[in-house]
Amino acid sequence: MKFLLQRLVFYVFTAWAALTINFFIPRMIPGDPVTSLINKFQGQMSTDAINSLYVLFGLDKNASLWSQYVDYWGQVFRGDLGLSFTFFPTPVAEILRQSLPWTIALVGITTFASFMIGTSLGVLAGWRRGSVMDGLLPVTTFLSSIPYFWLGLLAITLLAGPDSFFPSSGGYEPGLVPSWNAEFIGSAVQHSLLPAITILISSVSGWILTMRNMMVTVASEDYITVAHAKGLPERRVMVSYAARNALLPNVSGFALSLGFIVGGTLLVEIVFSYPGIGYNLFQAVGAKDYPLMQGVFLVITLSVLVANLLADVAYLLLDPRTRKEG
Amino acid sequence: MSAPTSTITAVTPEGPEVAAAPAKRRRLRFVANPKAATGLVVLAFFCLIAIIGPWIAPFDPSARSSDLIQAPSGKHWFGTTHLGQDIFSQVLVGTRGVMFVGLLAGLVATALSILIGVSAGFLGGAADDSLSALSNVFLVIPALPLIIIVASTIPSAGDLMVALVIGLTSWAWGARVLRAQTLSLRRRDYVEAARATGESTWRIITFEIMPNLTAIIASGFVGTVIFAVMSEITLAFIGISTISEWNWGTILFWAQSQQALAQGAWWWFVPAGLAIAILGTALSLINFGIDEFVSPRLRSSGHTRIKTKDGHSVRMRVGFTPVLSSKQAPVTPVVRREQEEVA
Amino acid sequence: MKAPVLEIKNFHVDYGLGDEAVQAVRDVTLTLHRGEVLGLAGESGSGKSTLAYGVTRLLPPPGVISGGSVVYHPASGDPYDVMALTDAELRAFRWAETSIVFQGAMNSLNPVHKVSTQMLDVIKAHEPQLSPQARIARAQEMLKLVGISADRMDAYPHQLSGGMRQRVMIGMALVLEPQVVIMDEPTTALDVVMQRQILAQLVELRERLGFSVLFITHDLSLLVEFSDRIAIMYGGRIVEEARSKDLYTDSLHPYSEGLLKSFPALRGERRELSGIPGSPPDLRGMPTGCSFHPRCPQAFDRCSTEIPVLGIPSARNDPHRSVACWLPGRTA
Ligand SMILES: Nc1ncnc2c1ncn2[C@@H]1O[C@H](COP(=O)(O)OP(=O)(O)OP(=O)(O)O)[C@@H](O)[C@H]1O
Ligand code: SF4
Ligand SMILES: [Mg+2]
Repeated sequence: MKFLLQRLVFYVFTAWAALTINFFIPRMIPGDPVTSLINKFQGQMSTDAINSLYVLFGLDKNASLWSQYVDYWGQVFRGDLGLSFTFFPTPVAEILRQSLPWTIALVGITTFASFMIGTSLGVLAGWRRGSVMDGLLPVTTFLSSIPYFWLGLLAITLLAGPDSFFPSSGGYEPGLVPSWNAEFIGSAVQHSLLPAITILISSVSGWILTMRNMMVTVASEDYITVAHAKGLPERRVMVSYAARNALLPNVSGFALSLGFIVGGTLLVEIVFSYPGIGYNLFQAVGAKDYPLMQGVFLVITLSVLVANLLADVAYLLLDPRTRKEG
Repeated sequence: MSAPTSTITAVTPEGPEVAAAPAKRRRLRFVANPKAATGLVVLAFFCLIAIIGPWIAPFDPSARSSDLIQAPSGKHWFGTTHLGQDIFSQVLVGTRGVMFVGLLAGLVATALSILIGVSAGFLGGAADDSLSALSNVFLVIPALPLIIIVASTIPSAGDLMVALVIGLTSWAWGARVLRAQTLSLRRRDYVEAARATGESTWRIITFEIMPNLTAIIASGFVGTVIFAVMSEITLAFIGISTISEWNWGTILFWAQSQQALAQGAWWWFVPAGLAIAILGTALSLINFGIDEFVSPRLRSSGHTRIKTKDGHSVRMRVGFTPVLSSKQAPVTPVVRREQEEVA
Repeated sequence: MKAPVLEIKNFHVDYGLGDEAVQAVRDVTLTLHRGEVLGLAGESGSGKSTLAYGVTRLLPPPGVISGGSVVYHPASGDPYDVMALTDAELRAFRWAETSIVFQGAMNSLNPVHKVSTQMLDVIKAHEPQLSPQARIARAQEMLKLVGISADRMDAYPHQLSGGMRQRVMIGMALVLEPQVVIMDEPTTALDVVMQRQILAQLVELRERLGFSVLFITHDLSLLVEFSDRIAIMYGGRIVEEARSKDLYTDSLHPYSEGLLKSFPALRGERRELSGIPGSPPDLRGMPTGCSFHPRCPQAFDRCSTEIPVLGIPSARNDPHRSVACWLPGRTA
């Protein structure tokens, strides 16, 4: 429990740091990009809305930095992230609430699947050195060097099209209303297949490689020799002695690189016009919609922190040494 | 944009082979590694293009012509854009921006990671705690969205600015690895001895610690360059950095925004994408080379199959030592006593 | 002399292949008899562990067995060559017939599994017909014999002290009641009191269970006390072999003599403590002739040209000992 508590403190600290970075970025930039936009929408915005944008972007030059900071926190805790300019007058929080589930479903599931598949293949590659798997490594390296979004473009060109099974854009059939019925879910799954495959192909090789190298490293540990000396079946030595131990650093590596991976995966949404927060970010960048950008960054960071915490719990369950004694 | 794949954290350079071989031979051995060699050659090729690209480009990459959206031909090797611009020239000219940003960001991030990682590992105590916390924060915060936001808030983000933003946000992985390694080096006998004899901290760091971190620093640098190239191209692709400077991402930006896909103009995005993938692969290969150099065990050698004297081949693997021959071994004559008196 | 249980004949081990090969064990012939403790001593790097791992074919790459045979005599049935076993046969042979306690015993336990899991999986692998209750009973009984109480069964390795882990490993090595137990410096990482305690227990267990031990250490004084016979290894070869008592009082090889002088004797008269000058040979460039000659105080011309052959010393005419040295009265 002590381990988990330590991690929790760390994540709270990181969340604080991320929010603070978010607070400072617009304040450190010369000029102020937001005022003109606010002026443009002046007549259509309530004073409350204008106020919250002032707080978010530090436009109130009279208030001290500290009081701006306090106001900012108060606002974030209320879930008030300002109004989006692109989808005026929808609040940013509302937009994110709609797109986050799509991203979690697509990016979350594929990232996890990629880790599981890559790790399993890595176990085999590391265990049977010089087998077919080792020959595949250059191929997977090449695939992982292709930017996600480019692979997405390629996938659309080659596989999607008007009469293909794979739709080239969107998260579901345009006519459908989002709800929990078979037709909608089926359509959503169909639309997510191609983006998911894209993410899988370009991210799996990293896991294969790290797991392979960990297996090779672990294979020379004394307890592996002992397992062989005990005459255990090969499968048992491979799975519950070698892979089980090699998995530990890979799980903490998974937690640490989530930030890298999620950043890249979000771009796939852009290519496929997938209704997640990655696509939101793209729209926000195009329209210089700063409130939405900031909101997306916050949500992504917080989701990654939660995912990290889950990875830590997994680690806790996998490594008895981090559990409490007795 | 996959996870940083170097496993150097797990396999520290303690192997007797590495320590014993003279420095020069070791360096040669690294270059002799086929993966590293391939990677270095490709990287050198891209560096060359980065330098001479603008001179050898057959056209001005921005110049319009009447050859609109043409497939590759003898005149336009990679075809043309919707404005009749020559894509081959765009790729050639764009290489400079890609390499510049990649290498500069790599340098900035590596310098920061050395500064922060080595200090944390060497100083220990409260300094270590706060520096480690700092790098962990930067590690966990998703770098690419952060870069996108910072870059898009800056009024006109040119190559230099983009390189700095990427460099300043992506040092954390390297710092973490370097800290761990410094920590373990610090506990080694010879470093302890140097400390005991009162050598200055600065001297110990430069002469005792840094030489042992070379491989890790190099692999961190290469890793950051990969990340920086990907990030930069992404920024250009989603239209954040200035589109007036050509790089491979800008080409893809125009291809995407002009619906190259819908028009079947595959040549518009295939060359730039392949160039990225080849550069990325080359850099990864260099890193594999470094990993295998540091930890020879990782080599996926073709020597796992060996021939026995009686002709069939056996595999070298952990747990089942191959027996080369059971009879024809060189036997020195042995005079043995007979002692099988059954009890 | 009793019947042999493990006969190592003309055994060769290389690290690497072809030109890069390093010969770590050269032409070793050694016999372990039923119920005896055979000590194997020598400086660090002399190839003791390599021999032990080689005999069970557990050498890590790039180790290869480049020659020789290891004939095992099962309790019932015909003797067979361990080097000729298939993977499946080897798996069945391991632990059930010959178990090992490793040099790095501190790390011999899998850190993520409980002690019980690691004890039970080996029983399950070799005696699948046993019921789970019977397996647990067997494991508990064995641990009790080595002084680990039943409630520690469910501990993870990191919750045990070094000495306890070592006992667990010894218990595990005996749980299938093998005929041969190879122990590679099983107690070097422990303090002296703990070492003696564990060894005394081991001797007692041997009397009860009747297994034979190949005991590897560089602490010769320990061997003199606990083993029946001692073989001395130098540069990958056996250079002398004798009953412990004979070796201690009347060593014939200058290297054995040097080794004996390097350690303070535990019992008997005090001896002068002097190490062997020089350092162990480099396997890549072995000296010609007797590989000990650059360090040997008694070396003479013949030593640097001809390799001495292990044989019954002519001066003793005792069939139970052998030596490889050109000095008069040694190698015939
Ligand atoms: N993987 C390897 N590759 C090359 N040489 C090796 C390898 N492992 C061991 N050796 C060499 O084989 C020789 C014998 O090593 P071994 O471990 O058997 O010695 P030892 O007698 O057990 O020493 P110690 O008392 O230190 O355990 C040493 O000279 C060592 O350098
Ligand atoms: S053979 Fe010669 S060198 Fe070797 S031990 Fe005997 S006397 Fe010494
Ligand atoms: Mg040894």
